[in-house]
Amino acid sequence: MAAINVSGLRKSFKGAKGSVNEVLKGVDFTVEKGEIFALLGSNGAGKTTIVNILSTLLKPDAGTACVCGFDVSKQANKVRESISLTGQFAAVDEILTGRENIILIAKLRGVHEPAKVADDLLERFGLLEAADRRVYTYSGGMTRRLDIAMSLVGTPAVIFLDEPTTGLDPEARLEVWKTIKELSNSGVTVMLTTQYLEEAEQLSDRIAILHGGKIIANGPLQELKQLFPPTKVEYVEKQPSLEEIFLSITAKGGE
Amino acid sequence: MKHTFILFGRSIKHILRSPDTIITVLIMPAVIMLMFVYVLGGAVKNSIGENVNYVNYQLPGILLMTVACGISYCAVRLFTDIQKGIFSRFHSMPISRAAVLWSNVLSSIVSNFISLVIIILIALLMGFRSSASILAWLGVFGILLLFTLALTWLAVISGLLAKSAEGSYIFSYPLIFLPFFSSAFVPTETMPPALRAFAENQPVTSIVNTLRYLLNSEPVGKEIWAALAWCFGIAVAGYVVALWAYKEKQPLFI
Repeated sequence: MAAINVSGLRKSFKGAKGSVNEVLKGVDFTVEKGEIFALLGSNGAGKTTIVNILSTLLKPDAGTACVCGFDVSKQANKVRESISLTGQFAAVDEILTGRENIILIAKLRGVHEPAKVADDLLERFGLLEAADRRVYTYSGGMTRRLDIAMSLVGTPAVIFLDEPTTGLDPEARLEVWKTIKELSNSGVTVMLTTQYLEEAEQLSDRIAILHGGKIIANGPLQELKQLFPPTKVEYVEKQPSLEEIFLSITAKGGE
Repeated sequence: MKHTFILFGRSIKHILRSPDTIITVLIMPAVIMLMFVYVLGGAVKNSIGENVNYVNYQLPGILLMTVACGISYCAVRLFTDIQKGIFSRFHSMPISRAAVLWSNVLSSIVSNFISLVIIILIALLMGFRSSASILAWLGVFGILLLFTLALTWLAVISGLLAKSAEGSYIFSYPLIFLPFFSSAFVPTETMPPALRAFAENQPVTSIVNTLRYLLNSEPVGKEIWAALAWCFGIAVAGYVVALWAYKEKQPLFI
């Protein structure tokens, strides 16, 4: 049984003045158990809409979507027991401490020994030192790591990560990438969305490209690369960037 | 139920860790109480009688104003939770949707209760005295609780539908000023006819009069029924609209 099975998925939103914006025009894909699957698409392609439908936040207009064999429309509660959602913006409580955030989710999920679960996750995500500080003092990367740690409470079978690195600086992005790579070793199924080809390439086993409301390509990186035009070698004269000019001027001034 | 209490615990931590929210809520009613008692109190004596304790007279109106100020934070907290995606996180978990809403309502009631007690203590320092029995005090807090519940549902509607954090608490301003156009600070007989008609038929007047009778150990008469009808009416209507707004805002499988 596949972890995620989507077929003929359609969704439209009502826009201003009665216009209808058809975001998903029949989306089909399957994610196998234990796979890291990346959904690649530009801004507004409908990646978040798909994630929201799969995590029972939004009703599809047509088509079926199953997670762990449960239909998201008919067995929403079963789906909710099998998944966790890490949304586009870190959904953490900034007034609570990191530890309290994890314990809150553990209690809500009815997990045994919430305090122990929190300790384990904090250690695994390198947040033990910051555990008793309030989250508003955390850096962007730490907040995102906590966010992902909260999603692992109760060991859900499928994890959705919606644009996990959007808005992070390069250093924090590397931190989060490392975290996601480690997830793949634990056997959990991960579906992530991203705007960056590099991110999909770095993290996932399989990539699907969402464009114009449909999946236009789907396969492992090697397969997708064959679809792209062959590599060309070109000679390009490189102008110095503002950063290089800045660095060179400040270096001279320092002498 | 279990989930409501877990989430309620979270809201209470928010309130305890940001005492500034309670202080901000208290400033307006406390300053207005000081102003009315010490600046205008002497002049008002002509129309309410020399023997009336003005601190006692204006306290019920100040208490309602305190609640009107306090519920605005419920709207802001709700709005922030939705915007930060915390609602989405809870909604994608196997917990009841109602629990997410009710925990906010319960914490609004608790924080308003704290504010009300502090205002009453300030009034005691200013010379407020009451001959009310324990039963009458229970009546006073019962009505204030019902009033808080009613206004909290309005705050929930505003928090759910607001487009910005600032927009989420604007609704509370007319409620804060409503006591001025009632029997809360001066007798309605002194107002021009049109204003007087409004003042005598708006909810604050019947609630203020009922609280005043209870605090002065006087018979409450018919006023209490009008007061209860207003509170119940607003609470039920607010609840129905809030649930509609909840479904509207989150097009989910509630």
